[in-house]
Amino acid sequence: MDRRKLPFTIITIVVLVLLGITVQNVMNSWSLERELMGPNIEAAPDAVTPETPHTTEYRTFPKIGSRVAIWIVAQLHLMFAAFVLAVPMFALIIEYIGYRNGDKKYDKLAYEFTKLLSVSFSFTATLGAMLTFMLMILYPKLTNYLIGIFSWTFFPYVLLFFAEAGFLYSYYYGWGKFSPKVHLALGLGLNIVGTAIMFIANAWLTFMNSPAGINEAGQLVSMWDAINNFTWMPINIHRILANVAFGGSIAAAYGAFKFLGATTEEERAHYDWMGYIGNFVAISAFLTLPFAGYWLAKEIYAYSQSLGIVLMGGTFSWLFIIQAVLIGNLFLAANYYLWVSMERIDGAERFKKFTKYLLAAIAVCFLVWATPHSLVASVEEARSMGGSHHPMLGVLGVMSAKNTAVNIMILTTYISFLLYRRGNKEPTVSWSRTGNLIQFSIFAVVISFVIFLGVYGYFVDTATRVGLSVPQVLSVLFAMVSVTAIDVFMYKNAKFKGEMRWGQIPARAQYALFFLAITFTWLMGLMGYVRAGLRQHWHVYGVMRDTSVDAFTPTLGFAAGVVSVTVMIFFTFIAIVFWLAGLTGKKDWEEDKQLETSSGLLAEEA
Amino acid sequence: MDLFGISFLGLNVVPIILVIAGLVALRMFFNLNTLAWMAAWWVGLYLMLSNGITVPLPGSIVGMFMGIITLALLVYLTTSGEDLEATKDFMVKFFTDSRYSPALLAFLVLLPSLVAYNVYTGMTQQPQAPVFGRTIHPPPPTDITFKGKKIDLVNDDNPYRILKETDPDAFAAHVANGRKVYYQNCVNCHGDDMGGNGMFAHAFDPIPASFKDPTTIAMLQESYLFWRIAKGAPGLPDESTPWSSAMPAWEKFLSEEDIWDVIIFLYEYTGYEPRAKEELH
Repeated sequence: MDRRKLPFTIITIVVLVLLGITVQNVMNSWSLERELMGPNIEAAPDAVTPETPHTTEYRTFPKIGSRVAIWIVAQLHLMFAAFVLAVPMFALIIEYIGYRNGDKKYDKLAYEFTKLLSVSFSFTATLGAMLTFMLMILYPKLTNYLIGIFSWTFFPYVLLFFAEAGFLYSYYYGWGKFSPKVHLALGLGLNIVGTAIMFIANAWLTFMNSPAGINEAGQLVSMWDAINNFTWMPINIHRILANVAFGGSIAAAYGAFKFLGATTEEERAHYDWMGYIGNFVAISAFLTLPFAGYWLAKEIYAYSQSLGIVLMGGTFSWLFIIQAVLIGNLFLAANYYLWVSMERIDGAERFKKFTKYLLAAIAVCFLVWATPHSLVASVEEARSMGGSHHPMLGVLGVMSAKNTAVNIMILTTYISFLLYRRGNKEPTVSWSRTGNLIQFSIFAVVISFVIFLGVYGYFVDTATRVGLSVPQVLSVLFAMVSVTAIDVFMYKNAKFKGEMRWGQIPARAQYALFFLAITFTWLMGLMGYVRAGLRQHWHVYGVMRDTSVDAFTPTLGFAAGVVSVTVMIFFTFIAIVFWLAGLTGKKDWEEDKQLETSSGLLAEEA
Repeated sequence: MDLFGISFLGLNVVPIILVIAGLVALRMFFNLNTLAWMAAWWVGLYLMLSNGITVPLPGSIVGMFMGIITLALLVYLTTSGEDLEATKDFMVKFFTDSRYSPALLAFLVLLPSLVAYNVYTGMTQQPQAPVFGRTIHPPPPTDITFKGKKIDLVNDDNPYRILKETDPDAFAAHVANGRKVYYQNCVNCHGDDMGGNGMFAHAFDPIPASFKDPTTIAMLQESYLFWRIAKGAPGLPDESTPWSSAMPAWEKFLSEEDIWDVIIFLYEYTGYEPRAKEELH
């Protein structure tokens, strides 16, 4: 067996085993739930009453039930939609960079990213149609109500979808066929239309969480208010950033996949670079996500204390511990990729000594970030603690500590990137020592300030404490912007200490890219579940109750199982996308050559 | 004298010093490879977490922390190609080089012994109640019915809170009434200093909430407290089970005004401000 294929084989076996275990667990929990729910789950309401469009509220999906069926299809649709919306954003930026500096490799890279789009677009549309049909069939009353509220938004949605298809295919098939400016304009059009589509769809789903623009009877009063509901804009912003992070990570995984299968040095160098750029895009967007997420959570709390508590303090609070573990892992993996990547930069070994300190900072922040407020403890343990809060760790379980931890993790990741960027460069400007000193001072002051605000948060009322997150975020952004600005000038005519040996990155860094892509996807599935599950027994919060047999919040284990299965289905589809995208680079099939090979084989056999 | 009883800032000083001294000694007197060094860190941190904190951490937390620490140490071990190669070489030598035969033998005996010991201690433990990931703040409904009157938990405020600004004397009367209500009804569980340590407190699992804790009433709006006091444990939401609480439904014993007053008193006594309603945009 080819030694390089061994990790692939091992990972495939592990994934298959995990898939088997997960499916088994989900099926077991599902059987248990059916048992607990008793005969209700079997008794489809439409079995007794003759079915008419006006009387049917729900229909039952066989085996897995309506909720799980809708859940999986909606999640898959969202994942593909996120990918299709995100890739054009950074493909356009990369193409623009290539257009400005004239370097063809940027153009080639942008095209490589775009190649992933056309098949993904078809998957998105198919899954979207499937979701719509399933909503109409399985949840007719809810669908009818939402259509009644948002009827006029469906026309622009469909028209924009047409426009997106037009822009996407002309952008992809028109590569190199139009003048660069026209092509860039097509890319811009694709991005604008894609974003507009997402904004419209976001209005429907955010209305379900924070309905507005209706009277007490649930009838439409103002469609604009229904669209511009309380969580619409926070979700729009959050999704744009999350889509870019997610899309970047999938594109980086594609680079890693191609890198590991590459046979020439040139290919390896190209896909190493592609993985790096995809990861850079993903991490850049990811660093801003905690801020956007915090804003969204704050708006949910502002809309309804009940929803806010369900989200962060009640039913879903344990899910946020899983989220914290996943995010901590993302930070670890992102930094790991950068540190391992530095092995292919001659001159970067001088920064190796900092790795352990950066890792220690991330590990400590990870521990703080993942510490629950109330701990899982036996009766004896709880008694010795004097409750479910530990006297020392209890303070780490609240947002003051967590905001501080995540801000420091962001800065640490940024420092790793800064060291990576400086890897083989030596500044030539006379003020480099002063520049370094200023940069160091900025970090020191900002980190102290962030910690100070975190501690100060324990001594003020909650509203003030929530408000303190803003200066924390702004100071971190200030540090990143100002240090980058200094660095750009300081390294303008830098002396190169060595080569950047693209293609000579250790394979384990590529597995870190796979890990990042899978973790981003899993996290996206989990947080999608929280956003929808937050409504609990409401279809439209406070307006339309969920009276189906599924109107209960599933256990965390069951939800995690469904998300895991969905992620595995998504990656199976993505593998198909990768394979199809790879076909365009293959040599044409030649009939003569095939005949030659066949006749050669026949001759040998004879 | 129990040396392990010396505590400073909630930490057991002696085990922590012993672990640090051990790590320093390893650094100074032994030329350990990265793998052995990582193992030493792992053991040292485990000992610190399990013995270095005065109020012991629950096993679930030690497990989670050690998981994160293991991950971080593995990241360190594999970040550098040199360290990784050296570790791989060492592993191969450990299993093949006769120099390491005694150590290998010890390892092969020790590993199953540890597993056996773990199984033995697990099997011989006294039966214990299962542990749950309990959430402290159950999600409130949007409104409740209190003696036939609808209370809107989303939009309603404490009707007497405004008196603090407009009529301080009337407000003081509400605080005084709240004090009376508290010391007649709540003190037995929540304690005379509101620390959740009343004379009945330790008969309950979980023990009653401490209002002095900055993560209880300071994080909540007054309407939330009204709901919890009025409906008590019987009014906890079904979807948030398992819930265990001994809190009575005080709507059966107190008037609406009494409940709002005792809420005011809780905040006045502890010095916390109720969570303000955020501005809607």
